[in-house]
Amino acid sequence: MNSDKITKYILFGASLLILVVAGGMLYSLVEGSLPSFRVFGWKFLVSPEWNPTQGDQHFGALAFIAGTLFTSIFALLVAIPLAFSTSLIVAEYFRKTWFANVVSTCVDLLAGIPSVIFGLWGFYALRPFIVSIGLSHQGFGIFTAGLVLAIMIVPYATSLSNSIIMMVPNELKEAAYSLGATRLEVIWNVILPNARSGITASYILAFGRALGETMAVTMLIGNANILPKGLFSTGNTMASVIANEFGEASGVHLSSLIEIGLLLFVITAIINATGKYIIKKFA
Amino acid sequence: MDSSILQKRKAMIATTHFGVRSFKSRLFFSIVLLFALITISIVFLIIGTLVVKGYHQINWSFFTQVAPDTFDAMMANASGKIIPGGILNGITGTLLLVGLASVIAIPFGIVIGIYLYENATKRYAGVIRDISDVLQGVPSIVVGLIVYLWVVVDITKGYSVLAGSVALAIMMLPLIIRSTEESMKMVPTTLKEAAIALGTPYYKVILRVLIPSSFSGLITGVLLAVSRVLGETAPLLLTTLGNSSVNWNLAKPVSAVPLLIWQFYNDPNMVNLIWSSSLFLMGFVLLLNILSKWIAAKKSIQ
Repeated sequence: MNSDKITKYILFGASLLILVVAGGMLYSLVEGSLPSFRVFGWKFLVSPEWNPTQGDQHFGALAFIAGTLFTSIFALLVAIPLAFSTSLIVAEYFRKTWFANVVSTCVDLLAGIPSVIFGLWGFYALRPFIVSIGLSHQGFGIFTAGLVLAIMIVPYATSLSNSIIMMVPNELKEAAYSLGATRLEVIWNVILPNARSGITASYILAFGRALGETMAVTMLIGNANILPKGLFSTGNTMASVIANEFGEASGVHLSSLIEIGLLLFVITAIINATGKYIIKKFA
Repeated sequence: MDSSILQKRKAMIATTHFGVRSFKSRLFFSIVLLFALITISIVFLIIGTLVVKGYHQINWSFFTQVAPDTFDAMMANASGKIIPGGILNGITGTLLLVGLASVIAIPFGIVIGIYLYENATKRYAGVIRDISDVLQGVPSIVVGLIVYLWVVVDITKGYSVLAGSVALAIMMLPLIIRSTEESMKMVPTTLKEAAIALGTPYYKVILRVLIPSSFSGLITGVLLAVSRVLGETAPLLLTTLGNSSVNWNLAKPVSAVPLLIWQFYNDPNMVNLIWSSSLFLMGFVLLLNILSKWIAAKKSIQ
């Protein structure tokens, strides 16, 4: 066998690692959640009751699924205006100026801040502020967690949409300006229709990030295993219940946490695949 | 409403139409600018909070001593002194965890990246690329859960450095694969073709042409991947747990700076230490970010 073939086999062999890791993940999660699935079946998905007390154990994930979706959707709704504005500043209004540079550097810094530090800032700075303006008694809950989460996903939402907005051909914009369009009309009628699918995809990917965020949410959501009743209600997300209860869990309890992990894995994989598909297909 | 009034208003709008449109445009710009300023001011708020609250705790012993126990911290708080001790166990733990994770992830990541670049059009390579993208999106807590099942339960029979490193390596791998492939794409194909035309063996084409000519891109990707996992807390909670002393044994639990921050946060006596630890972690992450940017910028000039 010549050395070229050996090199090719080594390259190919390394690529198998990705298959092994991904396949192994799915296998271990499914295997680990079987004990819980045998006891609770599909009811696991629709039961809001989560009771780890020995002898009276009952596990259902609905409260956490609802908490996760509620927090992440709220975060996305807050993040979109912030991210869209930042993208427009960087990629359109101040394109290639020092100010665009400053803004995009700041957004990069935001991406570099660890989750646990966002949590601390939310706990010691944002939470007292929310209490002081009377929005909530303790300051914990979906609202606080969602706000911090929104800030955390802005970099993910902007990084892609910036380059997509920049890619809109100048000829199109100039044509619109020559017909007397204002800046707003150019953004609304030229840039947006051209960049829509790319921007949508980047927001979907940011949403996927929000679903799996753990530390900051755990520190701010109040960790109550209940169905959230409103924006200022406390709750728990799938990621934060795993972080909170993993240490003392065993048996069916542990298996239920693994099943939540499996759910989270599947949901984020679908969301990410959708985002990437849109990028590939339309952008 | 009276129809004559409506007509009058319509006429008014028509005469001032451009005024209204340009006003709308300017109003929109103000709103956009406001939102962007809110976003960047949050960055300054967070970093400012860390600096103001954290700097006075940072001294020599902060880097040379292990974290204090609750009692020492309580005594110091009671007498109004600075809490003794530092985060040495966290710093050494983080270095060990990230170092071992890099040793695992960097070679595999670069080799797989090269494979994807070399076989870009193959269907199988496309599948690998897609799966790698999906891996990148897996929440860190789920990675921790899986590595717990793989390493903590089956291999080290307990929380360990190895488990934490494997978790971090799994998170670094897709980032390095992607950045390797992207920076290889920047290399002019003529370079590679020239080497092949000279009859260079394939492995030498990779080692002497592809890797050296994309080297700064590779380094940038690795540094970004390291900075991304440096602050990870959730997977470490499930895999290495923490340790109150310095440990170099790969089969034993170890602490890390983000784990210490979490521990200090949960202990009312230690609260004063969270800011300095966070400041240190943040500074470390920023340094790597700036370094990678600097290398990337140098590359683009050449």
